[in-house]
Amino acid sequence: MTSNIPPALIFMLGGLFIPLFRGSARSAYMMLIPVVGFINLLLIPQGEHLITSLGEFNLVLLNVDRLNLLFGYIYHIISLITVIYILNFKNNVEYVAGFFYAGAALGTVFAGDMFTFFIFWEMLTVGSVMLIWAKKTKKAQEAGFRYLLVHAFGGLVLLAGIVFHFTNTGSLEMNPLTLSGVGSYLIFFGIGINCAWPLLHPWLTDAYPEATIGGTVFLSAFTTKTAVYALARLYPGTEALVWIGVGMAAFPIFYAVIENDLRRVLAYSLINQVGFMVVGIGIGTELAINGACAHAFNDIIFKGLLFMSMGAVMYRTGKINATDLGGLYKSMPWTTLFCCVGAASISAFPLFSGFVSKSMVMEAAASGSHIVGQKAYVYVWLVLLFASAGVFHHAGIKIPFFAFFGHDAGHRVKEAPKNMLIAMGIAAFLCVFIGTFPKPLYSILPFPVDYHPYTISHVLTQTELLFFSALAFTLLLLAGIYPAEMRALNVDSDWTYRKLGKGMYEAFDNVLNPLNTWCESIVRGVASGAAAFFRDAGAKLCLFTAVNFWLVVGYRDKRLERKKQRLYDDILQGTLPIGIGAAVTISFVVLVYILT
Amino acid sequence: MEKKHIFDNPENVKKLLKYFFSSVVILLILDIIYLLLNKTHTIHAHMNYAWEGYWGFYAFYGFVACVVLVLVSKYILRPLAKREEDYYDK
Repeated sequence: MTSNIPPALIFMLGGLFIPLFRGSARSAYMMLIPVVGFINLLLIPQGEHLITSLGEFNLVLLNVDRLNLLFGYIYHIISLITVIYILNFKNNVEYVAGFFYAGAALGTVFAGDMFTFFIFWEMLTVGSVMLIWAKKTKKAQEAGFRYLLVHAFGGLVLLAGIVFHFTNTGSLEMNPLTLSGVGSYLIFFGIGINCAWPLLHPWLTDAYPEATIGGTVFLSAFTTKTAVYALARLYPGTEALVWIGVGMAAFPIFYAVIENDLRRVLAYSLINQVGFMVVGIGIGTELAINGACAHAFNDIIFKGLLFMSMGAVMYRTGKINATDLGGLYKSMPWTTLFCCVGAASISAFPLFSGFVSKSMVMEAAASGSHIVGQKAYVYVWLVLLFASAGVFHHAGIKIPFFAFFGHDAGHRVKEAPKNMLIAMGIAAFLCVFIGTFPKPLYSILPFPVDYHPYTISHVLTQTELLFFSALAFTLLLLAGIYPAEMRALNVDSDWTYRKLGKGMYEAFDNVLNPLNTWCESIVRGVASGAAAFFRDAGAKLCLFTAVNFWLVVGYRDKRLERKKQRLYDDILQGTLPIGIGAAVTISFVVLVYILT
Repeated sequence: MEKKHIFDNPENVKKLLKYFFSSVVILLILDIIYLLLNKTHTIHAHMNYAWEGYWGFYAFYGFVACVVLVLVSKYILRPLAKREEDYYDK
């Protein structure tokens, strides 16, 4: 039995019917959608399906190969986990938006042509904005709006790129591109915005921590990883990506150290992890691409797990800032345990999932640096090693320490709800399972795997690296040098459009508006003055001529005044006999002639 | 009276720190053994760079990386980036 139903359809259509159900029927129905979707995915044979044409475009709605199948699997798994996690929220908006969003991500990775790819790419934005707005706070609304603007812009860049690309090549196929020509650069940057490249990234750290508790878990899985997929599909081996990825891996960890909002700390570490994937795609060897994909797979689980544990903390205490938390291991021991598993996985401890995937990228960078012309990759390796130590520092230690240990903030709350614990438990199990038995994961990677993570060298060196990072944390903390958490926000490159933009608006407001008013008053003054002048200009000219004449004739005093008044009134009312008017006009012309 | 939890007792915190510091030392000792065994070709150490053969390279790198990370964040990034919480609302 085979199927050619697009996985996206099951999620998007299935999601629409959720509001029809109530209570436990709704819960069962929601968990059924990803399960049915997964079975359907297993039944789709590899290759192109649902080929149609729209005018001169050849569209392939469903294209399945090893690369996107990997993303398809993990998207279904994380959807099921997240759905279990949000069962207790009973918020239909969040449910429908979540499935729409996950469906859009599935549609994007299984799109066989750029047009379909673009349509689903835009839906991804719609779904994610709905998840942010579902929080219904003013902050979330504003952050969602900024998110929408950035992604609408990114979508336009991508669309422009696709149009250029199509006009040049006449092809919409999802095949690897080289960076040459406007089209390929625009597509590259369009994807880069969703991938949260340095300077293009603040939409992520701005909006993700403002979404609903479940929404953030959804968000952490799909947008950036779909962008990673798109890069792996279209730009494997593009060297620029190596350096972009290095930047992504390095800079967010500094922010993560001083950030107070723990979900924002995780958002920064998300960028850091995606950096490893982008480096892998940039290197482009089989090992590197495998590493990037495997790390995407693992990251979706452990980052989801970490966001879930912070969500549970937020759900029970209503707080998420490190300054308000601490000591929760007493009241939420299971959440603490699961959070620590997530922390160990993202830090790549032996026996946890990050260990078996991150090192593939590192190894690819190291072996790449021995190739002539790629000597600089040694710096890539060194920065990635720095980032590996750093990620343990902020995500591996800081998150669990400030939330669950450290200074007891006095929260005495209940353990997280059962459904949340089950969801976190599944994710934690997967982290340990993949970390201990990496074979199943390796067998679904795009290329055959000849890599063994569990060598004495790797285990020992990695443990050394992590333990001495922990030692640094401990000593700095004991010495009081470790920066205390502060109620503050840290400006990032979104300052350019949140403050500079606003500042420019105000500057224009303060400079241009007064200028405008001033100009207006001048124009008004001149115009009304001119109008007043020309209203009786003719009459005054007549009077001037006539009075001189009357003076010569000998009119004086009252008589002269009366004559002047009558002439003036007659001219303004137009009751002057035509002949006199003509005479005055002629005399005026004569006067002008004489005077000039 | 609230239940006493494991880290409410400072003795336990001290104990944990003691275990941690000893494991750090043990790791350094293991590293010596590992490098010696590699020298005598008893085991094969996979190395891409010469410096990976220095004693405690990874330990040193991890430690220094984190100290640099914290110092740069605290003394350079925070003074540059820190604003009041309602900075963007003003």
